[in-house]
Amino acid sequence: MTAHALLLCGTYVAVLVALAIPLGGYCARVLGGEATLLQRPLGPLERGFYRIAGVRPDDEMHWRDYTAAVLWFNLFGLLVVYGLQRVQHLLPLNPQELGPVAPDLAFNTAVSFASNTNWQAYGGETTLSYLTQMVGLTTQNFVSAATGIAVLAALARAFSRRRSETIGNFWADLVRSTLYILLPLSLILAVALAADGVVQTFAPAAEVELMRAATGPEGQVITQQTIPLGPGASQIAIKQLGTNGGGFYNVNSAHPLENPTPLTNFLECLAILLIPAALCLSFGKIVADRRQGWAVLGAMFAIFLPLLGLCVWSEGQLAPQLVELGVDPSAGNLEGKEVRFGPAASALWATATTAASNGSVNSMHDSFNPLGGLVPMWLMQVGEVVFGGVGSGLYGMLVFAILAVFLAGLMVGRTPEYLGKKIEAFEVKMAALVVLLPSAGVLVGTAIAVASAAGRAGISNPGIHGFSEVLYGFSSASNNNGSAFAGLGANSFFYNLALGLCMLIGRYGIIVPVLALAGALARKQTVPPGPGTMPTHTPLFVFLLAAIVVLVGALTFVPALALGPIVEHLQMTGTHP
Amino acid sequence: MLRAIRPALVLLALLTALTGAVYPLLVTGIANLLFHDKAHGSLVVASAGPLGSELVGQNFTRPGDFWSRPSAVQYDAKSSGASNMGPLHEGLHEAVAARIAMLQSADPEAKLPVPADLVLASGSGLDPHISPEAARYQARRVAQARGVPTAEVLALIEVHTEGRTLGILGEPRVNVLRLNRALEGLRPSR
Repeated sequence: MTAHALLLCGTYVAVLVALAIPLGGYCARVLGGEATLLQRPLGPLERGFYRIAGVRPDDEMHWRDYTAAVLWFNLFGLLVVYGLQRVQHLLPLNPQELGPVAPDLAFNTAVSFASNTNWQAYGGETTLSYLTQMVGLTTQNFVSAATGIAVLAALARAFSRRRSETIGNFWADLVRSTLYILLPLSLILAVALAADGVVQTFAPAAEVELMRAATGPEGQVITQQTIPLGPGASQIAIKQLGTNGGGFYNVNSAHPLENPTPLTNFLECLAILLIPAALCLSFGKIVADRRQGWAVLGAMFAIFLPLLGLCVWSEGQLAPQLVELGVDPSAGNLEGKEVRFGPAASALWATATTAASNGSVNSMHDSFNPLGGLVPMWLMQVGEVVFGGVGSGLYGMLVFAILAVFLAGLMVGRTPEYLGKKIEAFEVKMAALVVLLPSAGVLVGTAIAVASAAGRAGISNPGIHGFSEVLYGFSSASNNNGSAFAGLGANSFFYNLALGLCMLIGRYGIIVPVLALAGALARKQTVPPGPGTMPTHTPLFVFLLAAIVVLVGALTFVPALALGPIVEHLQMTGTHP
Repeated sequence: MLRAIRPALVLLALLTALTGAVYPLLVTGIANLLFHDKAHGSLVVASAGPLGSELVGQNFTRPGDFWSRPSAVQYDAKSSGASNMGPLHEGLHEAVAARIAMLQSADPEAKLPVPADLVLASGSGLDPHISPEAARYQARRVAQARGVPTAEVLALIEVHTEGRTLGILGEPRVNVLRLNRALEGLRPSR
């Protein structure tokens, strides 16, 4: 790692933590229904929403009703996005006159955005109208993130309650998260991005003269360039903040109109981890023990920082095969990377976007060196709990915390407790489900794809790297990340359907057990810590929690990784000692 | 279970109106009021009309122009894309070898190694920049083709080099379109 890369990563972490502290406190107040600065201007809007929808925000829900509300709301959202794509040619705000999206692709995209995955089997500028992007996708960017925050709020509340049959009101959690957290932050970021060159307009694409006429693929003379425009900044802001990641353009934040400068890059990259980090501290506040929030955040950093170092180091290298051809290795691996970002900021983004379940990219992970590509792949495979999705990452990590105290309890033969709640058979079963379902999606999905002709048809890189493309795709979909080894031709009936199902399982197959867990925990009495209770705010617990995440991820995926990036790394370096 | 249907539908409609319509319209209004040109793609406007975007790279092939990076989409801004080839892909090795050969045939005195960004394709296919090293590597070819002293071309590169923001963010770089437009102002010495 160069001194500059260290300085960049250090600055990033420092600014992230400095912003997460006040935001964490603020989010806790919002989710607790306490008064905030924004309540004066936006409060009437919030109350108006409840009145029209006929809900009383103080009516607490049983976990089953809470789950039903989550599922109905997400189902309708999914149907709207599907419908919009199918009839976009009949609707306004389609200046490029794009046709209807094919059913399988529309299904994939609808699931992708409702589930907060934002896997892109489509190319934004060539497939979706402004209306579809705005009304369909931007809305889901907000509400899928708000759904994650709501489910987390329900789980956090469950820890702080005793003998309670209810875990909060989903409608209130949903509306408050959107109105007071996601919307104001997005507005600030969107305006900042537009100030530095990100497009934001309803004008159609601009036709401009080229400085020099060029020759096209069929020998024709090209004198013009079409600059695609659109309401970009507003969507890009929330796709970064809401761990969504679905780009406005095909190449996402590598596109110079989506991410034009090093400053927009830093802001967009910061936005990826901002809310997931802040919510850890909110959690500490909700359970009335701030040290618990810092411990969880510490465990996330304990996994994140070494992997960041590995990725930045890897991308600073150039494959010996290319050096041999006469390429200068001093600038690192620049294939698939933009000059304005370079390898360090590209690797930082790749690590952040897969630690969080964001999935946006500012460089092409498919062209990373093998170990550089292994980092984002494995970060997704550990279940998107190192920061993870907005809300969903933390509820995933809390499930790992339950597993950690359970395993520690087994070692000393005591009933495990977490935050005063006894962890018993039901809780451990739900936790096991949460860990197993996405892992099964990754491994079974990859196995089916590489064993079938339809699956192999999408592979673009020869040899080992082709297997990595498939493994990466299923890791991304099953854990609701959305980033890709983009060489994989994923817009086929097989992949649209298979990855769509993985996204559904990876999202709702986890939300339901997590809410069941919340229901069970809320019902329990809180026991005061005794002499045999393991404290869960100490460095020992931080280490244990991080170790459990790493261990489960390693045990599950090392065989598959050994077939992919690890063999490729040996191929790359082995013949060139 | 069915009680949730009405609030689900109503709140989806209300939140769609707020986040899917009011919010992007509000951002558009603010952006167009405060930074109209930047929100419209940072077009380079000349008297004859828009001459490209500052932010979107163009293809240059004449020896007297600085060349942009290789692009998987040939700088067709209607689409954007990358090669997505891994470092061991033979197609990548062949393409890099061909690009090095082309640079050397355009300037037989050009030495190895070649700056990486000049022979490796960008992520967007529309990268508007090259590294200062990649620009300096081409300076002699450009100067000879235009009949100007190499020192003048090197000085122009120096002027058009952007450093890191705050000394931390991004990498040093040169905007190819801007540099090539500035070249047009140089007068041949013979």
